[in-house]
Amino acid sequence: MRRPRLGLAAVLPGLWLALFFAFPFLLVAKLSVSHTALAMPPYAPQFDLTAGWPGVLETARGFSAATYRRLIEDPLYLKAFVSSLALAGAATAILLIVGYPIAYGVTRFGPGARRALILAIALPFWTSSLIRIYAWIAILKPAGLLNKALGAVGLPALDILNTNAAVLLGLVYAYLPFMVLPLYAVLDRQDATLVEAAQDLGASPRQVFWRVTFPLSLPGIAAGALLCFIPMVGEFVIPDLLGGPGTLMLGRTIWTEFFANRDWPAASAVALVMLAALLVPILLAQRRARVAP
Amino acid sequence: MSRGPSLFNRASVGLGLAFLYAPIVLLVVYSFNDGRLVTVWAGASLRWYRALARDAQLLDAVWVSLRVGALSASLATLLGVLAALALTRGGRFRGRLSFSAMVYAPLVMPEVILGLSLLLLFVALDLPRGFWTVVLSHATVTLAYVAVVVGARLSSFDWTLEDAARDLGRTPLGAFLAVVLPNIAPAVGAAWMLAFALSLDDLVIASFTSGPGATTLPMRLYSQVRLGVNPEINAVSTLIIGGVGAAVAAAWLLQARRPEA
Repeated sequence: MRRPRLGLAAVLPGLWLALFFAFPFLLVAKLSVSHTALAMPPYAPQFDLTAGWPGVLETARGFSAATYRRLIEDPLYLKAFVSSLALAGAATAILLIVGYPIAYGVTRFGPGARRALILAIALPFWTSSLIRIYAWIAILKPAGLLNKALGAVGLPALDILNTNAAVLLGLVYAYLPFMVLPLYAVLDRQDATLVEAAQDLGASPRQVFWRVTFPLSLPGIAAGALLCFIPMVGEFVIPDLLGGPGTLMLGRTIWTEFFANRDWPAASAVALVMLAALLVPILLAQRRARVAP
Repeated sequence: MSRGPSLFNRASVGLGLAFLYAPIVLLVVYSFNDGRLVTVWAGASLRWYRALARDAQLLDAVWVSLRVGALSASLATLLGVLAALALTRGGRFRGRLSFSAMVYAPLVMPEVILGLSLLLLFVALDLPRGFWTVVLSHATVTLAYVAVVVGARLSSFDWTLEDAARDLGRTPLGAFLAVVLPNIAPAVGAAWMLAFALSLDDLVIASFTSGPGATTLPMRLYSQVRLGVNPEINAVSTLIIGGVGAAVAAAWLLQARRPEA
């Protein structure tokens, strides 16, 4: 018997996503070439569909690249762009170095312990990141728990709250599960007989790791790095709560432009520039998401 | 065969878990602190939990968040299951590539971009921002997670069982309800809970898409956190961590359970 095709099931979610996910990007693009206005909504020009096609053309003539010129001319935007990529890149590198031994360590345990450990590592991801970042404020404050512990053992105090160091720590903390889980998925599926074969052929444990285990885990490294890097570039809560006034990141820039400055065109233009910068990583990550399940 | 964990392996995993849980444990411990400071221990007490019970604004935000979470998770589950069915059993329908791109893209899109674009949509449609716009936004974003979780279960489902039901005279819909649905039900339940937890935690998208009168719990918490640390935030955070932790553990167990039959 021929199985029924379920392509029709795509109609409802397809229409939904076209309206709520794809179409809004056109609006962001349109707004990025508009200018601010003292009105609600606070931008102009607006499409006047009652005027028909001439009205649309008239609106289109009001578009300009002024906002993008502002992004290039004002060094603050460029700084935010560079420091977002730098902080997210540094955090991704630290996450790899910290996360790899954890993921590898878990694969060494028995099946029952492995399941429990993976649940324990995944659990914090589901609890509010706002709360988990808030918890660090009490630890990192000048008179906080970290400095009390350091003082108790006679070490000098560390004053890092409201600096980029605290942001880096927060990024590593919040995204650790995103790095460990894909690494673990790849390491756990590895064919153990390959390691045995290398051992039988006289490879030292170091050689086995660097010439068999590590190269085979590269897909997991790529997946984990993409999964962390992309959202970290647009991160808002962590730089806002742990960073100082000098911590510029794109997510925070968009937020400030939108909520504090009410400059919707600038927020839209920054969002589009960020999206363009992340386009290649996002496409790569998407291909992996499709293959993984 | 593989040897057990070495000292290095144990230390890596142990330190990793300590790093992940130490801040959470400290936060929970200090929620029972009698003092006003979150860094000086002044004896155990429940005074901050009692203060919570009297904080009407906070309780209101909890109620808004729970309703947004339940409604958006239900919508996301309905749409996400359909999307997963189309992607695993749809064959090569027209627009499959762009469809799957749209389904999975929100998983890797920065939240500020999603929030901003959804807000612009609601402004363009002239929808008043508030409770329902947050529900629609959360459903749109969490649909992807549902599709991944349910899709994983569907792709390992033995479709010959469905063939058998059809051979025995069930209609396509009847076969789906009698055979497929019970089989993927644990994954659907898990997906709903994950969507619910994500909605409950979201600050960024809710801030963009909400309006007056619909302040969610993370929005309320964020405005308090900006004013500084205080033990009442620790108390409400402890309750949230407990609640979400229990829900996710339940979801995990549901999903991990092998279907009988």
